[in-house]
Amino acid sequence: MNIENIKKKFPIFNNKVQNNDLVYLDSANSSQKPQVVVDRIYDFYTKEFSNVGRSVHYLAVAATNLYEETRSLVQKYINAKDPNEIVFTKGATEAINLVANTFGQKFLKEGDEIILTELEHHSNYVPWHYLRRSKGVQIKFAEINSEGEISLESIEKLITSKTKMIAITHLSNVTGAILPIKEITQLAHSKNIPILIDGCQGAPHLQLDMQEIGCDFYAISCHKMYGPTGLGILYAKKKWLEALPPYQGGGGMISEVKKDGITFGDLPNKYEAGTMATAQVIAFAESIKFINQIGIKNIEKHESELTKYGEEVLRKNNSVKLVGSPKNKGSVLSFTLDGIHAHDIATILDEDGVAIRAGHHCCQILHDKLGLSATARASLGVYNTKDDIDKLNESINKCKKIFNK
Amino acid sequence: MDLKELYQEIILDHGKNPRNLRKTENFNKDAKGHNPLCGDKVHVYLKLDEDKKVQDISFEGQGCAISMASASIMTDLVKGKEEHEVKEIVKDFLEMIKEKDQLNNKILEENEKTKLMCLSGVKKYPMRVKCATLSWHTLTSAIDNTQQEINSENID
Repeated sequence: MNIENIKKKFPIFNNKVQNNDLVYLDSANSSQKPQVVVDRIYDFYTKEFSNVGRSVHYLAVAATNLYEETRSLVQKYINAKDPNEIVFTKGATEAINLVANTFGQKFLKEGDEIILTELEHHSNYVPWHYLRRSKGVQIKFAEINSEGEISLESIEKLITSKTKMIAITHLSNVTGAILPIKEITQLAHSKNIPILIDGCQGAPHLQLDMQEIGCDFYAISCHKMYGPTGLGILYAKKKWLEALPPYQGGGGMISEVKKDGITFGDLPNKYEAGTMATAQVIAFAESIKFINQIGIKNIEKHESELTKYGEEVLRKNNSVKLVGSPKNKGSVLSFTLDGIHAHDIATILDEDGVAIRAGHHCCQILHDKLGLSATARASLGVYNTKDDIDKLNESINKCKKIFNK
Repeated sequence: MDLKELYQEIILDHGKNPRNLRKTENFNKDAKGHNPLCGDKVHVYLKLDEDKKVQDISFEGQGCAISMASASIMTDLVKGKEEHEVKEIVKDFLEMIKEKDQLNNKILEENEKTKLMCLSGVKKYPMRVKCATLSWHTLTSAIDNTQQEINSENID
């Protein structure tokens, strides 16, 4: 696999950013886009545009077919049983909100319990918090161990007869811990508890097989997968999509509308109210094809090697403290520097064209637990190289110099 | 070299050893500030005497070098000033950080103004301006006794 050739497929790297070559280490936040995805959006709007699923004219039919092709591609990519188990949303956040809202409405009552983990992104906590407020459900957090991992046992010990949902991340966007989601799913199902996986960080980096994992819900963020913004995917087992009520009401999701009653459309239309992010869905097919062309296993291997290299380099740098050291780790390198705040690090690195994120990364629960107000985070994508890690390290040394460390 | 302008020696010094980083005993005004984007927090305590003069000012909090230095320099400069003077200094500082080239108030001495102008390097870093202004907005909130936590996302 030639990373330089892969990198050439991303037009962002053709231009200087503030007179620097871009060292993009913020892919956990959002990935860059390959030319094929950008072109597909342009082509669709310039040559093929129409709304989908409504009109019968040529362009409408063609656009509808393209839109549904992406659904089938996603189904195959994540090995879901049925294309109707793929629901497009405006993001992973909406996907989780959809489940929390509809599942909560239908199945939860006061005193019921939901298990999350301390690793969760706010998008897999706040939607459940609404149920705490509206329904009086309890939220429990499985605790991390000293490596920043979540063990099967930490979840098991929280399960009671009142547990009605387990909602956990696949891969922590801070410590990089990859959770044993298949085992946790089996545990949940052995107690008849449905499970939702927040796959925002898992989907761009790991091979996915919904039938093998067996989870009930899996949320995906397309813009972290070399795809367009404004698009997410909810995978949900058909039985749930049939059992749960619609999330939003509007055009496209109905069967019959009368003054005295409404019936709702079939799957997946029931959950896709209003005009969807049509161009983004159609362009996302190119993201999947792009990943397939390289092979997700190759991406996994490349990123894993690079993560190990990054850990090695940063460990050798005395002032750097890595946040979490999970055995099974995704391509996230969160760190602190003695006596230098993460925001100062990010500003100084930016001056060299090194783009990282600083702050709590939407994980305040975790940062509180770790006793850190903010961390710096370098996260990798398929286009990153060892050279990027070396440049990161050089810029970290520059921070130390400026702060006389 | 913009970075050198941003991280001047005086900023690094105040960032590392913030002055008045403590809680004033018997304070009679206070306010909290918070930047939800980065998690920076500040709590400003004021003790005004009968003539509404700042007898003591202090702060507690955590944040980046810019925010700590800004709070530190601020507390140093407004100590001993009258309440209306403090408000004028705050207004002048916030205007300078936003758009003006210099400080125009007649309250601070020239050397004090020079010290404060060290924070002007932040202008070239729009994402960092809020780091520099959070404690100042919080000070205003304390003086006005709004009892509202300042949220840096809700201010200009």
